[in-house]
Amino acid sequence: MTMKTLGSVLLTAILAVLILAPADLTGLGLPWGGFRRSDIDVLTLWLITAIAAMGVNLIVGYAGQETLAQAAFLGIGAYLTALMTKAGYPFVAAFLASGLLSFVVGILLGFPALRVQKHYLAFVTLAFTVFAWLVFRNEEWLTGGVTGIQNIPRPTLFGFRSKPALVYYWFALAMTVALALVMAWILRSPWGRAFTALRENAIRAESLGVDVRTYTLLAFAIGSAYGGLAGALYAPFVEFIDPSPFALGPSLLFLLMVVVGGMGTQAGPFIGAAVAVLLQNRLEILQSSNPAFAHLSYLLVYAILVMVLMAFCPTGIVGLWQRITAPRRRPHADDKGPILGQVKS
Amino acid sequence: MTTADTGATVLKVQNIAKSFGGVHAVRDVSFEVRAGEILGLIGPNGSGKTTLFNCILGQLEPTRGKVLVGDSDVTGLRPSQLNRLGVGRTFQLLQVFPQLTVTENLILAGQEHKGSRLSRLFGAGDAGLTADAARMVEFFRLGHLAHEKAGGLSYGQQKLLDCAMAFMAGPRLVLLDEPAGGVNLSMLANLKERLQAINRETGATFVVIEHNMEFVMSLCTRIIVLAEGAIIAQGSPETVRRDPKVIEAYLGH
Amino acid sequence: MADFLQLLVAGLATGAIYALAAIGFTLLWQTSQTINFAQGEFVMLPAFLALIAMNLGAPFPLAALIAILGAMVILGLTFKLAIVDPLIKSGPLPLVISTIGVGLLLKDGVKEFYSAEAQPFPKVFPETPFSLGGANFTYAQIAVLGVALAVIMALNWFLAGTRTGRQMQASAQNPTVARILGINVNRMIFYTFLINAILAAVASLLIAPSQFAKFSQGEQLGLAAFVAAIVGGFNQVRGAIVGGLVVGVADNFAPTLLSAAGLSSAYRQALPLFLLVLIILFRPQGLVGRKEERAI
Repeated sequence: MTMKTLGSVLLTAILAVLILAPADLTGLGLPWGGFRRSDIDVLTLWLITAIAAMGVNLIVGYAGQETLAQAAFLGIGAYLTALMTKAGYPFVAAFLASGLLSFVVGILLGFPALRVQKHYLAFVTLAFTVFAWLVFRNEEWLTGGVTGIQNIPRPTLFGFRSKPALVYYWFALAMTVALALVMAWILRSPWGRAFTALRENAIRAESLGVDVRTYTLLAFAIGSAYGGLAGALYAPFVEFIDPSPFALGPSLLFLLMVVVGGMGTQAGPFIGAAVAVLLQNRLEILQSSNPAFAHLSYLLVYAILVMVLMAFCPTGIVGLWQRITAPRRRPHADDKGPILGQVKS
Repeated sequence: MTTADTGATVLKVQNIAKSFGGVHAVRDVSFEVRAGEILGLIGPNGSGKTTLFNCILGQLEPTRGKVLVGDSDVTGLRPSQLNRLGVGRTFQLLQVFPQLTVTENLILAGQEHKGSRLSRLFGAGDAGLTADAARMVEFFRLGHLAHEKAGGLSYGQQKLLDCAMAFMAGPRLVLLDEPAGGVNLSMLANLKERLQAINRETGATFVVIEHNMEFVMSLCTRIIVLAEGAIIAQGSPETVRRDPKVIEAYLGH
Repeated sequence: MADFLQLLVAGLATGAIYALAAIGFTLLWQTSQTINFAQGEFVMLPAFLALIAMNLGAPFPLAALIAILGAMVILGLTFKLAIVDPLIKSGPLPLVISTIGVGLLLKDGVKEFYSAEAQPFPKVFPETPFSLGGANFTYAQIAVLGVALAVIMALNWFLAGTRTGRQMQASAQNPTVARILGINVNRMIFYTFLINAILAAVASLLIAPSQFAKFSQGEQLGLAAFVAAIVGGFNQVRGAIVGGLVVGVADNFAPTLLSAAGLSSAYRQALPLFLLVLIILFRPQGLVGRKEERAI
């Protein structure tokens, strides 16, 4: 119980810091000038990335399936939101439509793959990502092709214009918190239990009345919808979209991110997204400012990080943290569970 | 022996056959199980017992034949659909969810039988399930372990949990695949006594695959002997024990 | 008809190269359940090893040999010891993730430390065309097809005709029994990694003259190898050969088919994917695979 209280105090503190830290507090008489605009944008990108990663975590970490399509769903949401808001529809409508379309496409995609072997979902999603990218690039009448869509408006919500970086950041933060709460609800409901069951032992789950196919589809569709919702937030954030962030490469990065953070944990996607986004940002600054690091590209460093982490702690950063703190939290040697946690042996 | 022996037919297996490539694992097996019966299914290794189970339960598609539960044809249904019709099972190899607690394992085993799938998202029926799980934990004498992760239990305890899960939804028919396998003697007595208690109290029907002859002879009311995918004998434990064909099937291989 | 023959031969030539990559992919899966997401980069890298050797003054045959040996050390030995061995016990997903990391590392390593531009590669076989029955072929196409088929036949002979090859097959099919029979299963698995590296190097050297060598090539090559492996039947060498040829031919007929269907040739890349989805839907065991049924 005390652990739980401690946890909620910690979460509230983190949230307070996230709300206040980027803002200029000198007006309130505090000696804190806030973050620069570019740093606020990095934080916003982190939040949007974390939303998409939450979806991947549901599919991969909880339901034990594989997806290589999250960037494609991000693209579906981004393009739909860009097109709808530019056509004059309110952002809220575009946001919901992006989630819904991704959900439906997720079901259509998962349905055939699930008729066959498990890892075929990975290959079907891989094919889908390449195909979606080809559509984004080639259907110029709709997507603008390689030149993309420009001047995507940032929404006005409850009378507040979200054009300034800080306001849009707060808006993204509010959406992230809301979506994280929804995810926590799903995971604590019987659905969440069924997802875990099909990851751990699908055959036994099926024999207990758990409709494995339906639940797998649901996990995949909900996870994909999170990708679409992240895309809906991404388009007004960057104000200009082209096909490149929605290709196969970024889809792979979403998968890596979730594993780096810690699969099947609710903090995992946030930590994984933070590592990915911050590392890229800091290394790009370092590369351009210091010629000695000109070849220290983000992907190179990230790839090495991933391989080292997998070799020493396949449960990711959260797993590493649990391993470090475990001896103190559990003084009794009664925990005979596998050290590798959720990773099947 | 039990009074329920003369009840209505719960399970009817009609001419089930299953072959893998050219190998006939089960050939033309038919039998009926009446309400309240504890039917034993025995036979040497490789005689097709587990394959027969898997065909009955929708895990494998039979090459030929029909399966009826009550009056309805359930051939070709998926295991989850069959389970929701009141048919439970356990597996030869231990199958619990190691990362979930004992209580969570039991709640999971019952949740798909309450409410609609959508209402489940909003937690419908969870209160009742928690109470059911608590009762089941006590019944199988696992009360002190209710909030332990299932993966941390001893083998025998996990085996009890495995059985408890099969009974969580109040099934009318349960197929148990080697419930006694690998369980130590004191746990074995506990298991047998619990199974008989459920059979007595709820009238649930069992079909049990078992290699432990003492266990199966003392638990079951009727026994079917399978060899090379076909039934070679059936009857009361006493009859079967004395049947020369059975002795030959076991010793001849 | 002449056009058809021309496209068919060109398709078979590319397809034979895909088949080499797909065979390696399948072998790794069979022996160690490794789904190698870096397979495309494995085919990208050796051409650069050859380019480095040539930059240092080596003639092409020596450079090719260096590329093959380098591939065996980097993509065979190092990959097995540093990536696969420490991870195999943690289950399939961490290993898959790590191979994605390997792919990123190879791709970005070449980009950062060699060049981000496409590199011309020496024409090993003459590109001069010749005519046969009204259809035009190049000597290079025939030579590529010939070399690839020779390598595949050599591999088949090795697997079926030598003691080590048969031991490798036994280890792949049933490692437990193989161990009881006294086969050093770990060594056999190691050999498959070496064979995969050799196949990738040969594919790399065959494809580089016609497509240039570029760091980002792996994505397309890897995709072709996955699709070929699944189309043929995921767990059979025979399947990978058939799959590779089918994908190569489909790829070469794609522009014709697309324009006949009134679609832009920009969707050429989508045709193998379409093939993949069709196979998964209607023949998940692959073109030459046998249906698997598993008891519990």
